[in-house]
Amino acid sequence: MGAPFIKMQGIVKKFPGVVANDHIDLDIYLGEIHALLGENGSGKSTLMSVLAGLYKPTAGKILINGVEKKFGSPRDAIANGIGMVHQHFKLVEPLTVAENITMAEREGSFWLKLGKYEHELIQFGAKYGLSVNPSALVWQLSVGEKQRVEILRILYQGSQVLILDEPTAVLTPQETCELFENLRTMANEGCAVIFITHKLNEVQALADRVTVLRGGKVTGVLQRDEIETKRLVRLMVGRDVVSHYDRKNVSDGQIVLEIDRVNALNDMGLPGLNGLSLVVREGEILGLAGVAGNGQRELAEVIAGLRKTTMGTVRLRGEDVTNLSPLEMIRRGVGYVPEDRMGMGLIPELNITDNLVLKCYQHPRFSGRWLLNNREIYNKSTQLVEQYQVKIPSLEQPIKLLSGGNMQRLLLAREIANEPKLMVVVYPVRGLDVGATEAVHKLLLELRLRRTAILLISEDLDEIFKLADRVGVLSRGQVVGDFNVEDADVEEIGLLMAGSAKGVENDVCPR
Amino acid sequence: MFVPVRLEKRLVPSPVMRIMVPLVSVIMALVFCGIFLAITGRDPLEVYAAMFAGALGSAYGLSETVVKAIPLMLCALGISVAFRMQLWNIGAEGQFYIGAFAATWLPLTFPNLPGYVMIPGMILLGLAAGAMWAFIPAYLRAKSNVNEIITTLMFNYVGILLVDYFVYGPWRDPKGLNFPLTARFADAAILPTFGASRIHIGIVFALVLVFILLVAFKYSRWGYEIRVIGQSERAAAYAGMNIQRSIFYVMLISGAISGLAGMAEVSGIAGRLQPGLSPGYGYTAIIIAWLSKLNPLAIVLVSLLFGVLQVGGYLVQTFGVPATVASMVQGAILFFVVGGEIFINYSIKIASRKEALTEND
Repeated sequence: MGAPFIKMQGIVKKFPGVVANDHIDLDIYLGEIHALLGENGSGKSTLMSVLAGLYKPTAGKILINGVEKKFGSPRDAIANGIGMVHQHFKLVEPLTVAENITMAEREGSFWLKLGKYEHELIQFGAKYGLSVNPSALVWQLSVGEKQRVEILRILYQGSQVLILDEPTAVLTPQETCELFENLRTMANEGCAVIFITHKLNEVQALADRVTVLRGGKVTGVLQRDEIETKRLVRLMVGRDVVSHYDRKNVSDGQIVLEIDRVNALNDMGLPGLNGLSLVVREGEILGLAGVAGNGQRELAEVIAGLRKTTMGTVRLRGEDVTNLSPLEMIRRGVGYVPEDRMGMGLIPELNITDNLVLKCYQHPRFSGRWLLNNREIYNKSTQLVEQYQVKIPSLEQPIKLLSGGNMQRLLLAREIANEPKLMVVVYPVRGLDVGATEAVHKLLLELRLRRTAILLISEDLDEIFKLADRVGVLSRGQVVGDFNVEDADVEEIGLLMAGSAKGVENDVCPR
Repeated sequence: MFVPVRLEKRLVPSPVMRIMVPLVSVIMALVFCGIFLAITGRDPLEVYAAMFAGALGSAYGLSETVVKAIPLMLCALGISVAFRMQLWNIGAEGQFYIGAFAATWLPLTFPNLPGYVMIPGMILLGLAAGAMWAFIPAYLRAKSNVNEIITTLMFNYVGILLVDYFVYGPWRDPKGLNFPLTARFADAAILPTFGASRIHIGIVFALVLVFILLVAFKYSRWGYEIRVIGQSERAAAYAGMNIQRSIFYVMLISGAISGLAGMAEVSGIAGRLQPGLSPGYGYTAIIIAWLSKLNPLAIVLVSLLFGVLQVGGYLVQTFGVPATVASMVQGAILFFVVGGEIFINYSIKIASRKEALTEND
């Protein structure tokens, strides 16, 4: 194989409170397709952003052809032959393909020689099988075509290493096939292709080698002939020991939430939930694992009354509550900790008191017909802050000044204080450190002991196995699989998450 | 030479800067406009002295200042209600005219009503008409998210031209020598004034409103909802608030207050409906609401300051200085305040040489 073209050694990247990359080594050879596999938050994108010059590593070095390089900006990376296609395309929509691709060119002349470029681009594209019309306007192109323009731009800049961040997330199956063929051609032409993914079938279909990341560390590097689904899953999600919190078992309770074949649209007007059904009983935690974007938000919002269903029924303690308003759902005892705590669950600019009464200000205890009962609100806030041991200098402080952990604690405190019958919790510990995570988990378990039904939506399998009584997987807007946590098998769950449920098409473009 | 300066976001807006920025802005605006006065061959100090002496130095000047400040206050209070919810009601000018128009209808149609019926009736008509003029923009914004900046602005022109049509046409005073004016109102339709001055009880409307709004913003459910919706519609929906209804009512209330301003002006000052009733009060009030950070008490003070500028500007015409110098100072104040806001939310760090080098490598 010869010497690696790129050698990343001991890369560490720290963000405040998180170590995203923890001493990662990675070798990339010319002519190979290298997959970077891992769950969300495992550090794949961070690592590639370091390689593409977007982030400076906290420690570690990058060698290109054996020579150490320091990238101050993406331009330095490009100059060393490394280019990245981001998930969100960076194209100027009103301009033509040729204008977009040649934007970065710096010729001495004032006049653009677009005609010359267009001719060159056609020939250049043909070499890699990337056919585009150079004079087409970008906004008229399909998503797949835009991606092709991005790739072409990077190749045209002379890059030999092409990084793609979850390139298939936005593509149709046919476009995916086409993309894979193109990537194969590029590798044969001597380029290196690195693609970030969390889909196992893509790794199998395309990769020559795969590096698996988990929690910011490399858990394994496999060659083509070693790539095998079970092994990948184990490297990606597998833990030998799953530690449960110490907890008392709660016997089967009555059904609190019953969702029956519900359909709902996502924000783009496409199906987000496809005939989803589930049941949550009192005093139990149903953990729904799944890769983000498989209906997590839509499900939570349907239950909270924030999103309309197009079909199916939602029942709360036997009552049909389909498409009731958020206020009606709050009154019926639905608590909701949304994934976007700064954008939805809390109002960053307002003070702590204002945030703590958000869900109960309409209650007669806190307001009359017209006026708020500020004394009662103040007492309640003080009591919550003390009870949940959140250290704050003053209730008058805007909540945005608190740490993520304290914010989440206050949010949970507020929701719990309303004595919910059902609590929907989405990614509750995202972005929190270990201590805060522990605190949030304790609160959820206490709530469970008080016989609240809890729906926990998370992408962190550790969390689900620690907390949940039953485990399901959200995949393409449906709940697939339903296990008692004792019988659940991490690998099986991992397979379901990766979309290889029975009856779901498994292979993407077999070679 | 390149000075390595860095802006650093403050965790909490600086309270010192909050007071300093407006003060310094006023001074800088005066200096800035002074340059132009000097270029045109006038002594800026003399002109400013005359402006302030004229507006503040005599009983007449003072009362005229208050007279100008009343419609500004009322419109700015109305605007501030909408702005608090991030609803950009630019339509105060039209709502003002329609308020005046509706109030005029009562004395023209029933000139013999007694004062205790006439004045309350005109107040109600002014409020209702201002609200009605905000109705369509409010409805469109609440239901289909149509940009209220455009709709309220367009309604200004409709409102102003509607008033023009009536005073040039059906409502023109037959005894008015063909001037575009309605007949003078009966005495019962004129707002009472304080002593011999032209200051009318519109000032009381404004001060009562200041009190109501202060209480409402701080202590009412409605004020809380405005605060939440204004900051985050998603959080408001999550909390079960009826956002559409709130948007709708806030726009109507905002329009109603500007309508009241129009009523007070036509009844307290003009005594008849006429074109040009407002020299752009509704637009100047936007600047005032903004400079006051939507705080009702600050609106009173800033309106008085703008009253001083307008009266002073009017008086310096005797020097051969155009009255528009007042508009120029107003514009310059806004310019400096908006520019100066960066000092409230950011602190400026001058990076050391070494730091600057590592930043740029």
